[in-house]
Amino acid sequence: MLKDNILPLIFLLLALLIPLVTDNQYYLYILTISFVWTIGVYGMNLISGYTGQLSLAHAGFFAIGAYSVGLLTVKVGMSYWLAFMLALVITTIIGLLVGLIALRTKEHFFAIYTLCVGYIIYLIIYQWDEFTGGVRGLIGIPAPGAIGPIQFENSQALYYLVLVFLVGTVIFMKWITESLVGRTYIAIRNSEELAQTIGINTMRQKLVSFVTSTFFAALAGVLYASVVRFIGPNISYTMVTFDMLTYALVGGFGTLFGPVVGTLLIVLLTQSLQFMEEYRMIVFGPLLVLLVIFYPRGIVGGYAAWKRKRKIKKMNKSTTDSHNKSTYEGGP
Amino acid sequence: MDILLQQLFNGLTIGSVYSLVALGLTLVYGILHIPNFAHGALYMLGGYVTLMTMAAFGFPYFLAMFVSILIVGFVALLMERLVFHPLRHSPPIHDKIAAIGVLLFLETFVQLVWGAEYRAMSTPFGEVVSFLGITVTVQRILIVVAAVVVMVLLQLFLKKTLIGAAIVAMSQNREGAFLVGINANKVAMLTFFISGALAAIAASIASPINLVFPGMGHLVILKAFVIIIIGGMGSIPGAIIGGYILGFSESLGATFISSDYSDLIAFALLVIILTIQPKGLFAKKGAA
Repeated sequence: MLKDNILPLIFLLLALLIPLVTDNQYYLYILTISFVWTIGVYGMNLISGYTGQLSLAHAGFFAIGAYSVGLLTVKVGMSYWLAFMLALVITTIIGLLVGLIALRTKEHFFAIYTLCVGYIIYLIIYQWDEFTGGVRGLIGIPAPGAIGPIQFENSQALYYLVLVFLVGTVIFMKWITESLVGRTYIAIRNSEELAQTIGINTMRQKLVSFVTSTFFAALAGVLYASVVRFIGPNISYTMVTFDMLTYALVGGFGTLFGPVVGTLLIVLLTQSLQFMEEYRMIVFGPLLVLLVIFYPRGIVGGYAAWKRKRKIKKMNKSTTDSHNKSTYEGGP
Repeated sequence: MDILLQQLFNGLTIGSVYSLVALGLTLVYGILHIPNFAHGALYMLGGYVTLMTMAAFGFPYFLAMFVSILIVGFVALLMERLVFHPLRHSPPIHDKIAAIGVLLFLETFVQLVWGAEYRAMSTPFGEVVSFLGITVTVQRILIVVAAVVVMVLLQLFLKKTLIGAAIVAMSQNREGAFLVGINANKVAMLTFFISGALAAIAASIASPINLVFPGMGHLVILKAFVIIIIGGMGSIPGAIIGGYILGFSESLGATFISSDYSDLIAFALLVIILTIQPKGLFAKKGAA
């Protein structure tokens, strides 16, 4: 049990130690942001990677979460944690409504439908000036309010807060994907007709998966607004969805740790190569194409496959060894 | 009354452009079952190639358009060979992701080469004419005429030539087409070439009344998808009629509802259609 989880635990330990080692605010900020994106990518991974429904509206739900918390705190003046909860509820309800309609469509239609939903959300945020601030965006979003004695004003505390949410997300994803529900999702991904034939209510399962995924997109959006403290309509643009898609695919679509590996790797890489910021797509685009053609499993999926192969080889070897031995001993 | 006529003519112009873009998209979908999300990038590339050949080499408008047709058609053909052909046995989610990858690449590539700023395309058809109480530029008349000419030529090609018949045969029945010895690879390449050429023509005739910039394909491609859902994925007459329906509803909506939200009309239409008919209007019965 421990042996299987040794790598993730080392990662976690490293993540916990980083703020103690460095007090470089910039590094901490970048790490915090990449944790935020990871949470969003987990949402996308659940509906698209596990359940096989390519949802291209994710940046939209991310933005609804961010704008909800922003508007509730800045314009309504609500206290932070109440706004936090409400933002999650609002986005999840919108996700439920969209999912109810969108999931009646299948395959290509679902992707096109969600792409258009994402664009509608962008257009509304962009055009509805007096409500969302339009192209100017929304400034002055407060940092998370204190929980008891713990303040979230400095970047270390914020880092740990986001890390806690990320770890929670991973644990939840581990639980759901290893449960019967998760296996139902994979069954739907492999063949929806077959899943239906063996008695799975595919519509309900897809809906639960979709709504859960919007919840995590919303959580990421809310945290993004609280960390960056400024949001503009660009966070809802379809390009952001495509970014998230790249992160998931590089790490491993439909794997538990793919989102962490992919997002951290790419965000840190693009940050360290400054010129990449604007032209990252010139690398990302061909990367997406090459990955789906030659290596659709991504880093984590590829590693898991390699490990499985090695294990089988080892097992075969040990069985043939014992087999040989036994014939030697028992033979004439 | 004049406003109505004027807007109807505007709808005709926009609709012509939409129809051409949707035609390319629906051809590829009908024959290869690929929803090519990168089609908008081909449209954008078409605008840039025409603009830049005019600016850099001083080519006249129609010659530049011809160059653009060849180049964009060839890029589309390459896309089929390098991306979609290797993915033909993969799960359907893969070619959508790959198409997105191509889209991202082409857009950034154009931005890297020619910059992100908005550019205007000059046209030899700038003068204004009046008839029936409406005033329009000759360019707009050209758009309408060119679109009709291209549609007629495409129809003649598909109906009267042997290669065209092969394309139609493959869209109707793949296995049957293989049985009578149609070369699937050649048909796929040709289909992509035509789809790229249509996008290039659409962009070249539309750019003088719009602007040329790296993101110009985004809205157009989304609307083209809406159109082929209205007209039936893979249906050629559906794409043409759908394009005009959308063109008219947008230009009328912009006048009588709100110009800020005119882009939303297409998406609202899509949401309503797919809410009522999850498989799109005119879904082929029993088609895989």
